[in-house]
Amino acid sequence: MTLAEKILAAHCGAKEVSPGDLVSVKADVVLANDITAPLALREFARIGVDKVFDPKRVVFVADHFVPNKDIKSAEQVKEIREFARHHGILWYDVGEMGIEHVLLPEQGIVLPGDVVVGADSHTCTYGALGAFATGMGSTDIAVAMATGEIWMKVPPTLRFVFDGRLQPWVSGKDLILYTIGQIGVDGALYASMEFAGRAIDRLDMAGRFTIANMAIEAGAKAGLFALDDKTMEYVRPRARREFVAYQADGDARYAGVFEYDASKIEPQISFPHLPSNTKPISAVGNVAIDQSIIGSCTNGRLEDLRVAAQVLKGRKVHRYVRCIIIPGTQTVYMQALREGLIEAFIEAGAAVSTPTCGPCLGGHMGIMAAGERAISTTNRNFVGRMGHVESEVYLSNPAIAAASAVLGRIGSPDELA
Amino acid sequence: MNINGKVWKYGANVDTDVIIPARYLNVSDPRELAKHCMEDIDAAFVREVRQGDVIVATTNFGCGSSREHAPLSIKASGVSCVVAKSFARIFYRNAINIGLPILECEEAIDMTDAGDVIEVDLASGRITNITKGRDFQAKPYPEFMLKIMAAGGLVEHTRAALAAR
Repeated sequence: MTLAEKILAAHCGAKEVSPGDLVSVKADVVLANDITAPLALREFARIGVDKVFDPKRVVFVADHFVPNKDIKSAEQVKEIREFARHHGILWYDVGEMGIEHVLLPEQGIVLPGDVVVGADSHTCTYGALGAFATGMGSTDIAVAMATGEIWMKVPPTLRFVFDGRLQPWVSGKDLILYTIGQIGVDGALYASMEFAGRAIDRLDMAGRFTIANMAIEAGAKAGLFALDDKTMEYVRPRARREFVAYQADGDARYAGVFEYDASKIEPQISFPHLPSNTKPISAVGNVAIDQSIIGSCTNGRLEDLRVAAQVLKGRKVHRYVRCIIIPGTQTVYMQALREGLIEAFIEAGAAVSTPTCGPCLGGHMGIMAAGERAISTTNRNFVGRMGHVESEVYLSNPAIAAASAVLGRIGSPDELA
Repeated sequence: MNINGKVWKYGANVDTDVIIPARYLNVSDPRELAKHCMEDIDAAFVREVRQGDVIVATTNFGCGSSREHAPLSIKASGVSCVVAKSFARIFYRNAINIGLPILECEEAIDMTDAGDVIEVDLASGRITNITKGRDFQAKPYPEFMLKIMAAGGLVEHTRAALAAR
């Protein structure tokens, strides 16, 4: 069995599962946010139970429209806050909260070998820890909150192998954008992606989270990494409970294997309006920008901010560009402060925000007008994603987004004096 | 259940951000959401959609965000059914869970144009393009899905399962 099949088998009490099997699996963690939890609560009330299955395993994070952007958002957060207090579930509000998919691994809430279901499509991020984590809708999450179980179809696994050393300024973001460019936004539809190879072994946890995060952008149900020393080093000081380290069998069956030479991959830019619409940085041409966003569940980790600071330190953001930098969690923010990264950003003329999903989904904190264009380290560049239906989002890694903020057009740090 | 309605035709990768833009997700009332359904891809939709109309699209319909607000807004706008070559997996689950009928059928999509009138027999999966006089057969639902749908949605299915314990 593959890693995904191993985890699902263990969570449905079966010795073995195969792709296509419909199984009812036990969830280790059930997650919702300020946009999806209100609908989940409505459905939860209709199920007719008065308690969640385990308050220590249900997590709500208010991160999309918080700090509340308007009265309606405030009402929604108030509703879920009251539920969270009443039921004693894990609850992250302003001051403690971070972007859910940066926060939960950092806090040791999601662990290797877990089954995690979240009412947020980027729940697949936790695959970087070797967990089977997948996004669902609010009704599915309401049922999981009530019963601790959820039905799933065991997905086939597609294996993506990256060998070769990464070029300068190339990161996990570029590997996943490249992959989506190759296979398309439905190239892994309903499948589980598994990432391996020497380039993946050398990648830090932040880079792996970024890759797993965007598995959904290829249509995948999950995106998993095998456990290694780096995973254990990350997890051990954080874990709040015991966990089981599963490994794929040597004779695991893959529905497809894709092999890429990572040393040939340049920094990638996804042009509007699909993540699969990628070009290497050398083929971008002259694309002027109005805004640069560095942050999100994709690239809001400390390592991402360090790269951005490396590029921005001692330089100035172009006078026609708004550069907005959003640390993923309070811990990331604090550490960035201690390392002098925040100072470098502000001196460069960037705005630094409290953690929020904000501009990524066109919520707040950086909405664009008609005709405006952003380079962004986020995960989607759909029509109207960051504001007006005639605005445009180009996806990149943090080094490119920082360099572009200085250049006033999409470009590489190599072009900076 | 028999469905009869006018076709709204879209292409590939219709994402949940265009089905219901995030700027409207500060409410969860389906009727409020329906006022903005599809507006970033088709401004005429909300003005002209009629009860019973059918959305027809090519591949990967409903990709992107997990927002259940997307199928809810489609359902509340009066659309009776979505027929596509393929669906993004979260959207597929959400639609079944909330009781928005969805069908997969390659052939029907290629042979159907915007404005055609089609009939759908959900029980058999038979799709008839009245305008063109053609019949098509949709992929059957997995048995498990049929059980959820027969119960009236996932919440009802779960209630029944909990009561039986």
